[in-house]
Amino acid sequence: MIAYLIRRILYAIPILIGVNLLTFALFFVVNTPDDMARMQLGVKRVTQEAIDKWKQQRGYDKPLLLNSAADGADKLTDTIFWKKSASMFVFDFGYSDDGRSIGREIAKRMGPSLTIAIPTFLVGLAVYISFALLMTLFRATVLDMAGVALCVLLMSISGLFYIIGGQFVVSKLWHLVPISGYAGGADSFKFVVLPILIGIAGGIGSSSRWYRTIFLEEIGKDYVRTARAKGLSELRVLFTHVLKNAMIPILTGVVVVIPLLFMGSLLTESFFGIPGLGSYTIDAINAQDFSVVRAMVFLGSVLYIVGLILTDISYTVVDPRVRLQ
Amino acid sequence: MNFIPVILWSDALVFLLLATIIAAVWYVRRHEHLLLPWRRVVHNSVAMVSLLLLSLLLTIGLLDTLHFRVALPQANGSDKVYSPEVLSVFDKLVEPLRAQTEKTYSEPFALRLYARESMSDAQGNIVRDFPRLKYGGAHLADESQRTADILKRALLGGGLGLLVGLLSFYLTHRTLHCASGCDLAASFTTMVLTTLIGAVVSLAAAYHVLGTDKVGQDVLYLSLKSIRTGLIIGTVTTLVTLPLALFLGVAAGYFRGWVDDVIQYIYTVLSSIPSVLLIAAMVLMMQLFIDKHADWFDLAILRADARLVALCLILGLTSWTGLCRLLRGETLKLREMEYIQAAQSFGVSGLRILARHIMPNVMHIVLIALVMDFSALVLAEAVLSYVGVGVDPTMISFGTMINGARLEMGREPMVWWALAAAFGFMLVLVLAANLFADAVRDAFDPRLNRTGP
Repeated sequence: MIAYLIRRILYAIPILIGVNLLTFALFFVVNTPDDMARMQLGVKRVTQEAIDKWKQQRGYDKPLLLNSAADGADKLTDTIFWKKSASMFVFDFGYSDDGRSIGREIAKRMGPSLTIAIPTFLVGLAVYISFALLMTLFRATVLDMAGVALCVLLMSISGLFYIIGGQFVVSKLWHLVPISGYAGGADSFKFVVLPILIGIAGGIGSSSRWYRTIFLEEIGKDYVRTARAKGLSELRVLFTHVLKNAMIPILTGVVVVIPLLFMGSLLTESFFGIPGLGSYTIDAINAQDFSVVRAMVFLGSVLYIVGLILTDISYTVVDPRVRLQ
Repeated sequence: MNFIPVILWSDALVFLLLATIIAAVWYVRRHEHLLLPWRRVVHNSVAMVSLLLLSLLLTIGLLDTLHFRVALPQANGSDKVYSPEVLSVFDKLVEPLRAQTEKTYSEPFALRLYARESMSDAQGNIVRDFPRLKYGGAHLADESQRTADILKRALLGGGLGLLVGLLSFYLTHRTLHCASGCDLAASFTTMVLTTLIGAVVSLAAAYHVLGTDKVGQDVLYLSLKSIRTGLIIGTVTTLVTLPLALFLGVAAGYFRGWVDDVIQYIYTVLSSIPSVLLIAAMVLMMQLFIDKHADWFDLAILRADARLVALCLILGLTSWTGLCRLLRGETLKLREMEYIQAAQSFGVSGLRILARHIMPNVMHIVLIALVMDFSALVLAEAVLSYVGVGVDPTMISFGTMINGARLEMGREPMVWWALAAAFGFMLVLVLAANLFADAVRDAFDPRLNRTGP
């Protein structure tokens, strides 16, 4: 297994290089740093000096790929590609346009993001799977059909509606929790409970329906008949036997997103004013701060690849037949 | 001529798509085995009801795609000059809705504005009150007649609509001779729809049925215009997704070796970037690019349209990987089939095997994936516009409507109608698309074995 993991990690390197090159091409070749400066300075007629100053302050005043003015190794390393793009491999994200260290900002904002994301993920998973198992229990009855119809209806509603509607009803009409904001420590409960609930409600339609199809595929198999023949109750059969055997397809979709929980949710965080990574990204997009967007793109891909590796490992945990070689 | 037709980029792509669909329909009609799954779709009442709704929305969208510019009144002898405003046939059809703008917000069916204004009363005193609307219910001399007038108009319009619905029901049953084949649910929906349309048309002539927005535009008009944007995002994107996923996926699965490695590498790289971030990054770059070449677009609508097309392109570039992976897997299975081996031993070339033997056999996957993606794309548009990487802010879309109305959430009393209208129309569009997609999937999925339609 160790050998397998090492191979997977080695395989991740060319992919990350690809991501890095892609973002580099997007951010520096399609539009040059001059364009960026012009847009950031925001005036129609910007002088070349102002552009040069902007570039120099942020370290964009270097050649893109090859610095012919420098000597030796500096020819390659004293370039925008090396300083701004390749440096992300050691998680050195540089500075945002307002001069703050992106790495420190990420570390600071991870906490609030996780406070929302982890409960949403865990409680949500439990709710979706239970709902799907209940639909499977009542399969081919009116209850099941009503459940599926509800799922289709719920997944047809825009995610924005859940947020706006939830804020309006819970915070504005009933005054139960503040509309938005965040506080650390024990105070955070009243701020995070609504985003978590809304996050769960938003996913219930598509997730439950997806799990239901997985369970329905399992329910026709022989071991289910055996379990029933042994006299186990239908609930017991579903919640222990079927659930365990459906773990592989469930894990395939679920484990991948666990590392991405760090990134937070763009919409929820910005609507509820939670100072996490999601709202950081949105602010960066709105302010057109490319260095932050670039860092987030790279971080996101790293986390995604970690998720893929975790998925493989999780298979061996739930299914002893799976061997990683 | 008093106008010149204008074909925007998005229009051209829509026409291209339409031509493809017509060609596909013509092809399928001549092949019984291809027709069979569609028969199953037709026999599904949920599918027919949602198809009916979809085609109504599609008609609105298509009418809104035929653009033209009106000639300005000209002085004698001078050259003809066309208005910079690009209108569509749909705009012309609902001209009053478009032209009758109020000053600012007004509630649905309101007679008065939503904001107080200083005005002088009959005695010449300055008072602050809600002024009457310029157009909404302007024909009423007495405000107390409003309820009766609304009822009268709704009944009249609804009745007429119902009559049309009944007539079409009678005619279809006469001409199609369907004792058992015709779908009662669809006929019933037709009648409900015609009644509703009749009532809304008759009411919209005198009131702002869904109120007005911040700059006084009719919300009903904005919602109807948003349909085109949503449809374009949902459909034109497939023009990018489809060829990429189809050719690369099938080629990777069939040729294997280094071709497979390269294609797998490309889609792993693309899919490992979280899609919102990749879209955001690409849209930001595209925005910068369009700003830099502002002189390419002499009309504001051209710039907005270029952004829409570019957004479709970007959404397509970021969303083909899932389908590509599916197709690769399916082709890997198919290439071991006997009929492929037979073709290979006859010496049929690789490309020909792909085109004649493999592609037709993965088409059901493509179709299912495309109809399933549609609703996701419509929903994504609203989210992207909120994030600030969606369509141009001047383009009417569900996203920009929600975005504009959201800022008024804090207003007391709340301005709810624009949000409600945008979410409502979006729900109808997405729900119909989802239900139709489900029916298509059920009909085409070979795993569900069945006999006959």
